[in-house]
Amino acid sequence: MSHRRVVVTGLGVVSPIGVTPSEAWNNALEGKSGIGRITLIDPSDFTSQVAGQVNGFDPVAHFGAAEARKSDRFTQFARVASLNAWNAAGFADDPPDPERVGVILGSGVGGIGTFEEQMRTAMERGPRRISPFFVPMMISNMACGQVAIDLNARALNYCTVTACASSGHALAAALDSIRLGRADVILAGGSEAPITFMALGGFCALKALSTGWNDRPTRACRPFDRDRDGFVMSEGGAVLILEELSHAKARGAEIVAELVGAGMTCDAFHITAPAEGGEGSRRAMINAMRDGGIDPGSVDYINAHGTSTQLNDVNETMAIISALGQENAHRIMVSSTKSVHGHMLGAAGSMEASITCLALKHGVVPPTINHENPGEGCVLDYVPGSAREADIHVALSNSLGFGGHNVTLAFRKYTGN
Amino acid sequence: MSLENRVTEIIVNKLGVKAEEVTPEAHFVTDLGADSLDQVELMMDFEDAFDLKISDEEAGKLQTVGAVIDFLKAKGISV
Repeated sequence: MSHRRVVVTGLGVVSPIGVTPSEAWNNALEGKSGIGRITLIDPSDFTSQVAGQVNGFDPVAHFGAAEARKSDRFTQFARVASLNAWNAAGFADDPPDPERVGVILGSGVGGIGTFEEQMRTAMERGPRRISPFFVPMMISNMACGQVAIDLNARALNYCTVTACASSGHALAAALDSIRLGRADVILAGGSEAPITFMALGGFCALKALSTGWNDRPTRACRPFDRDRDGFVMSEGGAVLILEELSHAKARGAEIVAELVGAGMTCDAFHITAPAEGGEGSRRAMINAMRDGGIDPGSVDYINAHGTSTQLNDVNETMAIISALGQENAHRIMVSSTKSVHGHMLGAAGSMEASITCLALKHGVVPPTINHENPGEGCVLDYVPGSAREADIHVALSNSLGFGGHNVTLAFRKYTGN
Repeated sequence: MSLENRVTEIIVNKLGVKAEEVTPEAHFVTDLGADSLDQVELMMDFEDAFDLKISDEEAGKLQTVGAVIDFLKAKGISV
């Protein structure tokens, strides 16, 4: 099947390591951690007390006080990241046909903070004090709806909800949609604002979060390391402008990278644990390579899901080995930038896709920090400690989510042909 | 603080408009940019501030700042 090619022409990032793509990129390269003690809520009663917060994010400065009050933090992140991506793509002065612009944004827990706040109000003061904005603020699809209003995007518009794979699915869906001709431009990505009483408490209850590094927050997220003890929750948003290649060329857009393929599978195994040997993730990588016409021998870099949990890191390593073969798996570089920005849950896939695109563009692979002693079974080159310059052309980005969802995105350096 | 000033303050806080815009003739939707959801919240704020209950039928008639002030006065509220 001949298909329309899809390129990335703009990035927008609001993250614990920076509120522009270049700031986040530089911090990722320098291995500068955005993890700290939680201040958005009082963490003292929680087993995990560290997170990646977007410190200094001021919604009033972006939207005004009255408007800021009417949207959840996850929507605010999505709006800012989308606007920045839109401007970076050069659409501010020269917008595309609105009926050909779509929005697909994922979120794992949507407006959970709004839910908690309104629940408290309702319990204390009765159901008549529930705000009329409660439902529109809480529902996970409101980020997409609001971004469409902001940017007059009138084509397909929906939300992908697959936990930590949400924005991976958003990008995969956007790729398919542009190939099928449903739109020429799609804002794709995700956002998350989970540093709340219930979300933090819920993930603590699952024993999924790091608890042993509360006094050393920047060292808490240590993917593939022997002393890793869980993921570190973080918040933010990341949005990519995906655009059909000839549409981008016709307007002289600067192309960051090409999204050449996607693979999506399900473990059908367990609600939270990965399948034995990362079987589902393995098939997602194989499917993405097949979709993108990529031979395993040409893969240079994988931005791993690499959560820093015991189960993920060893199973993902096995998945990479079985998907690429022993020789290729040991040849390539694998890094987890979660080590610096934490796990942005529904925004993780698009955050890491953004970093992957920049790695291809600049020919530099960001490191895995805190990778000091390889964990058992963690046998690959995880680019520990410092960034590495390398002439990379093909990169994969993995996102895996509770529910057994696996997404792999395949990107290629864009060289003008 | 006068009744008028308190009402103005509530509207300014909720809608993010300037106090000068909040004249008795100002219409919540056409002059002050409120939508139907903003109006519901405004009524809640008036209920809280003046410790009274506004029925849906009454709320439907309160489309201008002056209508709110008249309504509150008719309910015997002066401050």
